[in-house]
Amino acid sequence: MTDNPLRLDKTSLAFGSVEVFQEVSLTIQRGEFVAVVGPSGCGKTTLLNLLSQFLKPTSGQIISTGRVRMVYQHDSLFPWQTVSENISLGLRHVRDTAEQKRQLNEMLKLINLESFANHYPHQLSGGMRQRVELARALIGDSDILLLDEPFSSLDYLTRIRLRNELARMLDKLPRTVVLVTHDIEEAAQLADRIIVLSDRPARICSEFQVELARPRELTNPVVVTTVHKILAELGIERLGPQASSPAVAAT
Amino acid sequence: MTSNSPSSTDRLLPFVVLLVVLLIWILVSFLHLFPTSVFPSPLDVAKGFVEEVRTGILFDDVIASLFRVTTGFGLAAVTGIPVGLWLGNHARARSAFLPLINFFRSLSPLAWIPFAILWFGIGDLPTVFLIFMASFFPLVLATVAAVANIPSVYFRVARDYGFNGTEMLMRVTLPAIAPQVITSLRVTAGLAWLVVVAAEMIAGRAGLGFAIWDARNGLRMDLLVSGMIVIGIIGIVLDRILMQLTKIPSVRWGYDR
Repeated sequence: MTDNPLRLDKTSLAFGSVEVFQEVSLTIQRGEFVAVVGPSGCGKTTLLNLLSQFLKPTSGQIISTGRVRMVYQHDSLFPWQTVSENISLGLRHVRDTAEQKRQLNEMLKLINLESFANHYPHQLSGGMRQRVELARALIGDSDILLLDEPFSSLDYLTRIRLRNELARMLDKLPRTVVLVTHDIEEAAQLADRIIVLSDRPARICSEFQVELARPRELTNPVVVTTVHKILAELGIERLGPQASSPAVAAT
Repeated sequence: MTSNSPSSTDRLLPFVVLLVVLLIWILVSFLHLFPTSVFPSPLDVAKGFVEEVRTGILFDDVIASLFRVTTGFGLAAVTGIPVGLWLGNHARARSAFLPLINFFRSLSPLAWIPFAILWFGIGDLPTVFLIFMASFFPLVLATVAAVANIPSVYFRVARDYGFNGTEMLMRVTLPAIAPQVITSLRVTAGLAWLVVVAAEMIAGRAGLGFAIWDARNGLRMDLLVSGMIVIGIIGIVLDRILMQLTKIPSVRWGYDR
Protein backbone atom coordinates (compact mmCIF):
# COMPACT_ATOMS: atom_id res chain seq x y z
CA MET A 1 0.00 0.00 0.00
CA THR A 2 1.15 3.51 -0.74
CA ASP A 3 1.87 6.04 1.97
CA ASN A 4 -0.80 8.30 0.57
CA PRO A 5 -3.94 6.23 0.85
CA LEU A 6 -6.24 9.13 -0.04
CA ARG A 7 -5.68 11.61 -2.81
CA LEU A 8 -7.85 14.13 -4.63
CA ASP A 9 -6.32 15.33 -7.86
CA LYS A 10 -7.84 18.53 -9.25
CA THR A 11 -11.24 17.17 -8.43
CA SER A 12 -14.30 19.11 -9.51
CA LEU A 13 -17.90 18.22 -8.92
CA ALA A 14 -21.05 19.83 -10.19
CA PHE A 15 -24.69 18.90 -9.66
CA GLY A 16 -26.21 20.21 -12.84
CA SER A 17 -25.21 23.84 -13.01
CA VAL A 18 -24.30 24.04 -9.31
CA GLU A 19 -20.58 23.76 -8.83
CA VAL A 20 -19.74 22.15 -5.52
CA PHE A 21 -16.00 21.65 -5.85
CA GLN A 22 -13.58 23.47 -8.07
CA GLU A 23 -10.28 21.72 -8.73
CA VAL A 24 -9.68 20.58 -5.20
CA SER A 25 -6.39 18.78 -4.65
CA LEU A 26 -5.61 17.08 -1.39
CA THR A 27 -3.23 14.37 -0.31
CA ILE A 28 -3.69 12.57 2.95
CA GLN A 29 -0.91 10.50 4.42
CA ARG A 30 -1.25 7.13 6.03
CA GLY A 31 -2.19 7.45 9.68
CA GLU A 32 -2.92 11.15 9.35
CA PHE A 33 -5.97 12.67 11.04
CA VAL A 34 -7.41 15.40 8.84
CA ALA A 35 -10.35 17.53 9.89
CA VAL A 36 -12.39 19.47 7.37
CA VAL A 37 -14.27 22.55 8.56
CA GLY A 38 -16.12 25.23 6.68
CA PRO A 39 -19.37 27.11 6.39
CA SER A 40 -22.47 24.95 6.45
CA GLY A 41 -23.59 23.82 3.03
CA CYS A 42 -20.14 24.23 1.52
CA GLY A 43 -19.91 20.57 0.60
CA LYS A 44 -18.10 18.96 3.51
CA THR A 45 -20.25 15.86 3.44
CA THR A 46 -20.01 15.78 -0.33
CA LEU A 47 -16.25 15.62 0.06
CA LEU A 48 -16.63 12.46 2.14
CA ASN A 49 -19.02 11.01 -0.41
CA LEU A 50 -16.37 11.58 -3.05
CA LEU A 51 -13.66 10.01 -0.89
CA SER A 52 -15.85 6.96 -0.24
CA GLN A 53 -16.49 6.70 -4.00
CA PHE A 54 -20.22 7.08 -3.37
CA LEU A 55 -20.14 10.04 -5.76
CA LYS A 56 -18.14 10.23 -8.96
CA PRO A 57 -16.35 13.52 -9.65
CA THR A 58 -17.22 15.55 -12.74
CA SER A 59 -13.54 15.88 -13.50
CA GLY A 60 -10.24 15.06 -11.88
CA GLN A 61 -9.61 11.87 -9.98
CA ILE A 62 -9.83 10.36 -6.56
CA ILE A 63 -7.53 7.66 -5.37
CA SER A 64 -8.31 5.71 -2.27
CA THR A 65 -6.62 2.51 -1.27
CA GLY A 66 -7.61 0.13 1.48
CA ARG A 67 -10.79 -0.60 3.32
CA VAL A 68 -12.84 2.60 3.65
CA ARG A 69 -15.46 2.94 6.37
CA MET A 70 -17.87 5.76 6.94
CA VAL A 71 -19.51 6.91 10.17
CA TYR A 72 -22.67 8.87 9.51
CA GLN A 73 -24.27 11.97 10.95
CA HIS A 74 -27.51 10.32 11.97
CA ASP A 75 -28.31 7.08 13.70
CA SER A 76 -27.14 4.53 11.23
CA LEU A 77 -27.02 1.47 13.45
CA PHE A 78 -29.57 -1.15 12.46
CA PRO A 79 -32.17 -0.89 15.24
CA TRP A 80 -33.23 -4.51 14.72
CA GLN A 81 -29.76 -5.80 15.50
CA THR A 82 -27.95 -6.03 18.82
CA VAL A 83 -24.75 -4.16 19.59
CA SER A 84 -22.76 -7.31 18.76
CA GLU A 85 -24.57 -7.88 15.49
CA ASN A 86 -24.15 -4.27 14.44
CA ILE A 87 -20.43 -4.26 15.16
CA SER A 88 -20.07 -7.62 13.41
CA LEU A 89 -21.14 -6.01 10.13
CA GLY A 90 -17.56 -4.75 10.03
CA LEU A 91 -16.35 -8.36 10.17
CA ARG A 92 -18.31 -9.70 7.23
CA HIS A 93 -15.14 -10.18 5.19
CA VAL A 94 -13.52 -12.24 7.95
CA ARG A 95 -14.21 -15.88 7.12
CA ASP A 96 -13.08 -17.58 10.31
CA THR A 97 -15.84 -17.46 12.95
CA ALA A 98 -13.43 -17.95 15.85
CA GLU A 99 -11.46 -14.97 14.62
CA GLN A 100 -14.67 -12.97 14.27
CA LYS A 101 -15.55 -13.75 17.85
CA ARG A 102 -12.12 -12.79 19.10
CA GLN A 103 -12.13 -9.44 17.30
CA LEU A 104 -15.67 -8.69 18.42
CA ASN A 105 -14.88 -9.34 22.08
CA GLU A 106 -11.74 -7.25 21.86
CA MET A 107 -13.73 -4.38 20.36
CA LEU A 108 -16.49 -4.61 22.96
CA LYS A 109 -13.81 -4.42 25.62
CA LEU A 110 -12.19 -1.43 23.92
CA ILE A 111 -15.43 0.56 23.88
CA ASN A 112 -16.41 -0.62 27.37
CA LEU A 113 -19.72 -2.06 26.25
CA GLU A 114 -19.15 -5.74 27.04
CA SER A 115 -22.19 -5.89 29.28
CA PHE A 116 -24.30 -4.31 26.53
CA ALA A 117 -23.35 -6.78 23.80
CA ASN A 118 -26.88 -8.14 23.53
CA HIS A 119 -28.69 -4.83 23.92
CA TYR A 120 -30.42 -3.11 21.05
CA PRO A 121 -29.47 0.43 19.99
CA HIS A 122 -32.68 1.98 21.35
CA GLN A 123 -31.72 0.69 24.78
CA LEU A 124 -28.45 2.66 24.75
CA SER A 125 -27.67 6.32 25.37
CA GLY A 126 -26.67 8.54 22.47
CA GLY A 127 -23.02 8.42 23.48
CA MET A 128 -23.03 4.62 23.69
CA ARG A 129 -24.65 4.36 20.27
CA GLN A 130 -21.98 6.54 18.77
CA ARG A 131 -19.28 4.37 20.32
CA VAL A 132 -20.90 1.37 18.66
CA GLU A 133 -20.92 3.22 15.32
CA LEU A 134 -17.21 3.93 15.71
CA ALA A 135 -16.58 0.32 16.67
CA ARG A 136 -18.39 -0.98 13.59
CA ALA A 137 -16.23 1.23 11.38
CA LEU A 138 -12.96 0.44 13.17
CA ILE A 139 -13.28 -3.33 13.43
CA GLY A 140 -11.96 -5.80 10.88
CA ASP A 141 -8.74 -4.03 9.91
CA SER A 142 -10.28 -1.07 8.17
CA ASP A 143 -7.76 1.41 6.80
CA ILE A 144 -9.57 4.68 6.26
CA LEU A 145 -12.19 6.20 8.50
CA LEU A 146 -14.52 8.85 7.12
CA LEU A 147 -16.38 10.59 9.92
CA ASP A 148 -19.35 12.75 8.96
CA GLU A 149 -20.06 14.94 12.01
CA PRO A 150 -20.18 11.82 14.15
CA PHE A 151 -20.81 13.62 17.44
CA SER A 152 -23.10 16.40 16.28
CA SER A 153 -26.22 14.87 17.80
CA LEU A 154 -24.69 14.54 21.27
CA ASP A 155 -24.81 16.95 24.17
CA TYR A 156 -21.73 19.07 24.86
CA LEU A 157 -20.18 17.02 27.66
CA THR A 158 -20.80 13.69 25.95
CA ARG A 159 -19.28 15.13 22.83
CA ILE A 160 -16.08 16.04 24.67
CA ARG A 161 -15.93 12.60 26.27
CA LEU A 162 -16.40 10.93 22.90
CA ARG A 163 -13.53 12.94 21.42
CA ASN A 164 -11.24 11.50 24.09
CA GLU A 165 -12.71 8.09 23.46
CA LEU A 166 -11.99 8.37 19.73
CA ALA A 167 -8.43 9.50 20.46
CA ARG A 168 -7.96 6.50 22.72
CA MET A 169 -9.41 4.09 20.15
CA LEU A 170 -7.18 5.48 17.41
CA ASP A 171 -4.20 5.10 19.69
CA LYS A 172 -4.95 1.36 19.89
CA LEU A 173 -6.06 1.00 16.28
CA PRO A 174 -4.32 3.65 14.17
CA ARG A 175 -6.26 4.67 11.07
CA THR A 176 -6.19 7.31 8.40
CA VAL A 177 -9.03 9.61 9.36
CA VAL A 178 -10.97 12.33 7.60
CA LEU A 179 -13.33 14.09 9.99
CA VAL A 180 -15.91 16.48 8.63
CA THR A 181 -17.28 18.73 11.34
CA HIS A 182 -18.79 22.11 12.03
CA ASP A 183 -17.37 21.89 15.53
CA ILE A 184 -14.12 23.77 15.39
CA GLU A 185 -13.11 22.74 18.90
CA GLU A 186 -13.52 19.14 17.83
CA ALA A 187 -11.23 19.70 14.86
CA ALA A 188 -8.61 21.45 16.98
CA GLN A 189 -8.72 18.81 19.67
CA LEU A 190 -8.40 15.81 17.38
CA ALA A 191 -6.78 16.59 14.04
CA ASP A 192 -3.17 16.62 12.90
CA ARG A 193 -4.20 18.87 10.05
CA ILE A 194 -7.25 21.09 9.70
CA ILE A 195 -8.52 22.09 6.29
CA VAL A 196 -10.77 25.12 6.03
CA LEU A 197 -13.08 25.07 3.04
CA SER A 198 -14.51 28.16 1.41
CA ASP A 199 -18.13 28.77 0.51
CA ARG A 200 -19.48 27.11 -2.64
CA PRO A 201 -17.87 26.28 -4.96
CA ALA A 202 -15.61 24.92 -2.28
CA ARG A 203 -11.86 25.16 -2.46
CA ILE A 204 -9.30 24.85 0.28
CA CYS A 205 -8.86 28.25 1.95
CA SER A 206 -6.14 27.31 4.33
CA GLU A 207 -4.63 24.48 6.31
CA PHE A 208 -3.43 24.34 9.89
CA GLN A 209 -1.05 21.79 11.33
CA VAL A 210 -1.45 20.92 14.98
CA GLU A 211 1.63 19.20 16.31
CA LEU A 212 0.50 18.01 19.66
CA ALA A 213 -0.01 14.43 20.80
CA ARG A 214 -3.54 13.14 21.41
CA PRO A 215 -5.50 13.13 23.67
CA ARG A 216 -5.45 16.89 23.95
CA GLU A 217 -7.27 18.86 26.58
CA LEU A 218 -9.83 21.28 25.30
CA THR A 219 -8.21 24.11 27.25
CA ASN A 220 -4.68 23.33 26.13
CA PRO A 221 -3.22 26.63 24.81
CA VAL A 222 -2.38 25.02 21.47
CA VAL A 223 -5.99 23.90 21.02
CA VAL A 224 -7.32 27.27 22.07
CA THR A 225 -4.97 29.09 19.71
CA THR A 226 -5.94 26.77 16.86
CA VAL A 227 -9.63 27.41 17.46
CA HIS A 228 -8.92 31.11 17.42
CA LYS A 229 -7.01 30.91 14.15
CA ILE A 230 -9.73 28.90 12.44
CA LEU A 231 -12.41 31.30 13.62
CA ALA A 232 -10.30 34.16 12.30
CA GLU A 233 -9.95 32.36 8.97
CA LEU A 234 -13.71 32.02 8.81
CA GLY A 235 -14.06 35.72 9.59
CA ILE A 236 -15.72 35.21 12.94
CA GLU A 237 -12.88 36.37 15.21
CA ARG A 238 -10.12 38.85 14.60
CA LEU A 239 -6.52 37.66 14.71
CA GLY A 240 -5.25 39.15 17.94
CA PRO A 241 -1.84 39.10 19.61
CA GLN A 242 -2.59 35.91 21.56
CA ALA A 243 -2.56 33.80 18.43
CA SER A 244 1.12 33.09 18.31
CA SER A 245 1.86 29.65 19.62
CA PRO A 246 4.95 28.08 18.04
CA ALA A 247 3.24 24.70 17.73
CA VAL A 248 0.60 26.06 15.36
CA ALA A 249 1.76 27.04 11.98
CA ALA A 250 -0.34 28.01 9.02
CA THR A 251 0.89 26.43 5.84
CA MET B 1 -39.32 4.40 26.75
CA THR B 2 -42.55 4.29 28.69
CA SER B 3 -42.88 0.93 30.36
CA ASN B 4 -45.25 1.64 33.19
CA SER B 5 -46.32 -1.95 33.79
CA PRO B 6 -49.67 -2.03 35.57
CA SER B 7 -49.63 -3.03 39.21
CA SER B 8 -51.64 -6.04 40.37
CA THR B 9 -54.57 -3.88 41.44
CA ASP B 10 -54.52 -2.16 38.04
CA ARG B 11 -54.78 -5.55 36.42
CA LEU B 12 -57.99 -6.23 38.31
CA LEU B 13 -59.66 -3.00 37.16
CA PRO B 14 -61.04 -4.36 33.86
CA PHE B 15 -62.68 -7.22 35.76
CA VAL B 16 -64.23 -4.76 38.18
CA VAL B 17 -65.70 -2.85 35.24
CA LEU B 18 -67.02 -6.08 33.72
CA LEU B 19 -68.58 -7.03 37.02
CA VAL B 20 -70.29 -3.65 37.30
CA VAL B 21 -71.69 -3.95 33.76
CA LEU B 22 -72.94 -7.44 34.56
CA LEU B 23 -74.59 -6.19 37.76
CA ILE B 24 -76.36 -3.40 35.87
CA TRP B 25 -77.54 -5.96 33.32
CA ILE B 26 -78.83 -8.22 36.08
CA LEU B 27 -80.53 -5.31 37.78
CA VAL B 28 -82.21 -4.05 34.60
CA SER B 29 -83.55 -7.49 33.67
CA PHE B 30 -84.58 -8.15 37.29
CA LEU B 31 -86.66 -4.96 37.31
CA HIS B 32 -88.29 -6.01 33.99
CA LEU B 33 -87.74 -2.56 32.51
CA PHE B 34 -87.92 -4.14 29.04
CA PRO B 35 -89.78 -7.25 27.86
CA THR B 36 -87.55 -10.38 27.90
CA SER B 37 -88.26 -10.88 24.19
CA VAL B 38 -86.06 -7.85 23.37
CA PHE B 39 -83.82 -7.79 26.44
CA PRO B 40 -82.69 -11.26 27.57
CA SER B 41 -81.48 -11.74 31.11
CA PRO B 42 -77.92 -12.90 31.85
CA LEU B 43 -79.31 -16.20 33.11
CA ASP B 44 -81.16 -16.85 29.83
CA VAL B 45 -78.02 -16.04 27.90
CA ALA B 46 -75.94 -18.35 30.07
CA LYS B 47 -78.48 -21.14 29.55
CA GLY B 48 -78.49 -20.50 25.82
CA PHE B 49 -74.71 -20.58 25.81
CA VAL B 50 -74.64 -23.92 27.62
CA GLU B 51 -77.20 -25.28 25.21
CA GLU B 52 -75.11 -24.21 22.21
CA VAL B 53 -71.99 -25.72 23.74
CA ARG B 54 -73.74 -28.99 24.59
CA THR B 55 -75.15 -29.48 21.10
CA GLY B 56 -71.75 -28.65 19.61
CA ILE B 57 -73.23 -25.97 17.35
CA LEU B 58 -71.18 -23.21 18.92
CA PHE B 59 -67.96 -25.14 18.42
CA ASP B 60 -68.81 -25.76 14.76
CA ASP B 61 -69.65 -22.10 14.24
CA VAL B 62 -66.44 -20.92 15.87
CA ILE B 63 -64.38 -23.30 13.75
CA ALA B 64 -66.18 -22.23 10.56
CA SER B 65 -65.61 -18.53 11.24
CA LEU B 66 -61.99 -18.96 12.32
CA PHE B 67 -61.24 -21.08 9.28
CA ARG B 68 -62.61 -18.38 6.95
CA VAL B 69 -60.81 -15.58 8.70
CA THR B 70 -57.46 -17.33 8.83
CA THR B 71 -57.74 -18.39 5.18
CA GLY B 72 -58.83 -15.01 3.83
CA PHE B 73 -56.53 -13.01 6.09
CA GLY B 74 -53.61 -15.39 5.52
CA LEU B 75 -54.02 -15.12 1.74
CA ALA B 76 -54.18 -11.33 2.03
CA ALA B 77 -50.99 -11.28 4.13
CA VAL B 78 -48.93 -13.56 1.87
CA THR B 79 -49.95 -11.63 -1.24
CA GLY B 80 -50.44 -8.10 0.13
CA ILE B 81 -47.07 -7.74 1.86
CA PRO B 82 -45.04 -8.80 -1.22
CA VAL B 83 -47.15 -6.53 -3.45
CA GLY B 84 -46.54 -3.68 -0.99
CA LEU B 85 -42.81 -4.40 -1.02
CA TRP B 86 -42.72 -4.35 -4.78
CA LEU B 87 -44.71 -1.14 -5.05
CA GLY B 88 -42.63 0.42 -2.30
CA ASN B 89 -39.50 -0.17 -4.34
CA HIS B 90 -40.84 0.89 -7.72
CA ALA B 91 -41.87 4.52 -7.89
CA ARG B 92 -43.53 4.33 -11.31
CA ALA B 93 -45.58 1.27 -10.46
CA ARG B 94 -46.51 2.97 -7.22
CA SER B 95 -47.88 6.07 -8.88
CA ALA B 96 -49.69 3.85 -11.39
CA PHE B 97 -51.38 1.51 -8.93
CA LEU B 98 -51.80 3.49 -5.73
CA PRO B 99 -55.00 5.34 -6.72
CA LEU B 100 -56.66 2.05 -7.64
CA ILE B 101 -55.57 0.43 -4.38
CA ASN B 102 -56.83 3.43 -2.45
CA PHE B 103 -60.13 3.13 -4.26
CA PHE B 104 -60.60 -0.48 -3.22
CA ARG B 105 -59.41 0.27 0.29
CA SER B 106 -62.13 2.91 0.62
CA LEU B 107 -64.78 0.59 -0.77
CA SER B 108 -66.50 -1.29 2.04
CA PRO B 109 -65.91 -5.00 1.50
CA LEU B 110 -69.58 -5.54 2.28
CA ALA B 111 -70.39 -3.91 -1.06
CA TRP B 112 -68.93 -7.03 -2.62
CA ILE B 113 -71.45 -9.33 -0.94
CA PRO B 114 -73.82 -9.58 -3.93
CA PHE B 115 -70.98 -10.41 -6.30
CA ALA B 116 -69.43 -12.77 -3.77
CA ILE B 117 -72.66 -14.78 -3.70
CA LEU B 118 -73.12 -14.61 -7.48
CA TRP B 119 -69.60 -15.79 -8.14
CA PHE B 120 -68.99 -18.17 -5.27
CA GLY B 121 -72.44 -19.19 -4.04
CA ILE B 122 -73.02 -19.79 -0.36
CA GLY B 123 -70.50 -21.19 2.12
CA ASP B 124 -66.80 -20.77 2.80
CA LEU B 125 -65.69 -19.35 -0.52
CA PRO B 126 -67.66 -16.09 -0.67
CA THR B 127 -66.74 -15.29 2.95
CA VAL B 128 -63.06 -15.98 2.36
CA PHE B 129 -63.25 -13.75 -0.69
CA LEU B 130 -64.83 -10.91 1.30
CA ILE B 131 -62.26 -11.18 4.07
CA PHE B 132 -59.52 -11.13 1.50
CA MET B 133 -60.99 -7.99 -0.07
CA ALA B 134 -61.17 -6.38 3.37
CA SER B 135 -57.57 -7.19 4.35
CA PHE B 136 -55.54 -7.11 1.14
CA PHE B 137 -55.68 -3.39 0.30
CA PRO B 138 -54.94 -1.98 3.77
CA LEU B 139 -52.01 -4.39 4.06
CA VAL B 140 -50.60 -3.31 0.70
CA LEU B 141 -50.89 0.35 1.62
CA ALA B 142 -49.32 -0.12 5.05
CA THR B 143 -46.41 -2.03 3.55
CA VAL B 144 -45.86 0.60 0.86
CA ALA B 145 -45.81 3.32 3.51
CA ALA B 146 -43.43 1.33 5.69
CA VAL B 147 -41.00 0.77 2.81
CA ALA B 148 -41.13 4.46 1.92
CA ASN B 149 -40.25 5.36 5.52
CA ILE B 150 -37.04 3.34 5.72
CA PRO B 151 -34.21 5.83 6.31
CA SER B 152 -31.92 5.74 3.28
CA VAL B 153 -28.87 5.60 5.54
CA TYR B 154 -29.64 1.93 6.26
CA PHE B 155 -29.21 1.08 2.59
CA ARG B 156 -26.09 3.19 2.47
CA VAL B 157 -24.63 1.25 5.40
CA ALA B 158 -25.69 -2.05 3.85
CA ARG B 159 -23.91 -1.06 0.66
CA ASP B 160 -20.81 0.01 2.58
CA TYR B 161 -20.64 -3.40 4.21
CA GLY B 162 -21.16 -5.29 0.97
CA PHE B 163 -24.75 -6.54 1.19
CA ASN B 164 -26.07 -8.15 -1.98
CA GLY B 165 -29.63 -7.74 -3.27
CA THR B 166 -31.08 -10.64 -1.30
CA GLU B 167 -29.42 -9.47 1.89
CA MET B 168 -30.75 -5.94 1.33
CA LEU B 169 -34.24 -7.41 1.26
CA MET B 170 -33.91 -9.98 4.01
CA ARG B 171 -31.63 -8.10 6.38
CA VAL B 172 -32.56 -4.45 5.81
CA THR B 173 -35.94 -3.92 4.17
CA LEU B 174 -37.90 -6.66 5.95
CA PRO B 175 -36.61 -6.02 9.47
CA ALA B 176 -36.96 -2.27 8.92
CA ILE B 177 -40.65 -2.52 8.02
CA ALA B 178 -41.49 -5.32 10.47
CA PRO B 179 -42.86 -3.16 13.33
CA GLN B 180 -45.19 -1.19 11.06
CA VAL B 181 -46.32 -4.30 9.20
CA ILE B 182 -47.08 -6.10 12.46
CA THR B 183 -49.17 -3.16 13.61
CA SER B 184 -51.13 -3.18 10.37
CA LEU B 185 -51.56 -6.96 10.60
CA ARG B 186 -53.23 -6.43 13.98
CA VAL B 187 -55.50 -3.70 12.67
CA THR B 188 -56.38 -5.71 9.56
CA ALA B 189 -57.08 -8.88 11.50
CA GLY B 190 -59.56 -6.91 13.59
CA LEU B 191 -61.16 -5.69 10.38
CA ALA B 192 -61.33 -9.23 9.01
CA TRP B 193 -63.06 -10.41 12.15
CA LEU B 194 -65.64 -7.64 11.75
CA VAL B 195 -66.23 -8.60 8.15
CA VAL B 196 -66.63 -12.32 8.74
CA VAL B 197 -69.66 -11.79 10.95
CA ALA B 198 -71.37 -9.53 8.43
CA ALA B 199 -70.49 -11.78 5.51
CA GLU B 200 -71.76 -14.93 7.21
CA MET B 201 -75.06 -13.30 8.00
CA ILE B 202 -75.80 -13.15 4.32
CA ALA B 203 -73.56 -15.61 2.55
CA GLY B 204 -73.14 -18.26 5.21
CA ARG B 205 -74.69 -21.55 6.20
CA ALA B 206 -72.56 -21.78 9.35
CA GLY B 207 -70.32 -19.56 11.40
CA LEU B 208 -70.86 -17.07 14.17
CA GLY B 209 -72.40 -14.46 11.88
CA PHE B 210 -74.87 -17.02 10.58
CA ALA B 211 -75.61 -18.06 14.16
CA ILE B 212 -76.51 -14.47 15.01
CA TRP B 213 -78.81 -14.24 12.01
CA ASP B 214 -80.34 -17.63 12.75
CA ALA B 215 -81.00 -16.64 16.36
CA ARG B 216 -82.67 -13.46 15.19
CA ASN B 217 -84.87 -15.37 12.76
CA GLY B 218 -85.83 -17.79 15.53
CA LEU B 219 -86.40 -14.90 17.95
CA ARG B 220 -83.83 -16.46 20.28
CA MET B 221 -82.41 -13.29 21.79
CA ASP B 222 -80.53 -15.34 24.39
CA LEU B 223 -78.57 -17.15 21.67
CA LEU B 224 -78.03 -13.87 19.86
CA VAL B 225 -76.39 -12.27 22.88
CA SER B 226 -74.35 -15.38 23.66
CA GLY B 227 -73.11 -15.28 20.04
CA MET B 228 -72.21 -11.61 20.38
CA ILE B 229 -70.21 -12.29 23.51
CA VAL B 230 -68.32 -15.13 21.87
CA ILE B 231 -67.54 -12.96 18.83
CA GLY B 232 -66.19 -10.17 21.02
CA ILE B 233 -64.05 -12.48 23.10
CA ILE B 234 -62.55 -14.21 20.07
CA GLY B 235 -61.76 -10.79 18.60
CA ILE B 236 -59.80 -9.88 21.72
CA VAL B 237 -58.01 -13.23 21.71
CA LEU B 238 -57.03 -12.85 18.04
CA ASP B 239 -55.51 -9.45 18.76
CA ARG B 240 -53.69 -10.80 21.79
CA ILE B 241 -52.19 -13.57 19.68
CA LEU B 242 -50.96 -11.13 17.04
CA MET B 243 -49.72 -8.81 19.77
CA GLN B 244 -47.23 -11.52 20.71
CA LEU B 245 -45.40 -10.65 17.49
CA THR B 246 -44.56 -7.24 18.92
CA LYS B 247 -42.63 -8.95 21.71
CA ILE B 248 -39.99 -10.33 19.35
CA PRO B 249 -36.75 -8.64 20.52
CA SER B 250 -35.70 -7.51 17.04
CA VAL B 251 -38.92 -5.53 16.48
CA ARG B 252 -39.15 -3.91 19.93
CA TRP B 253 -37.35 -0.82 18.64
CA GLY B 254 -40.43 0.07 16.63
CA TYR B 255 -42.61 0.33 19.72
CA ASP B 256 -40.33 1.40 22.56
CA ARG B 257 -39.49 4.91 21.53
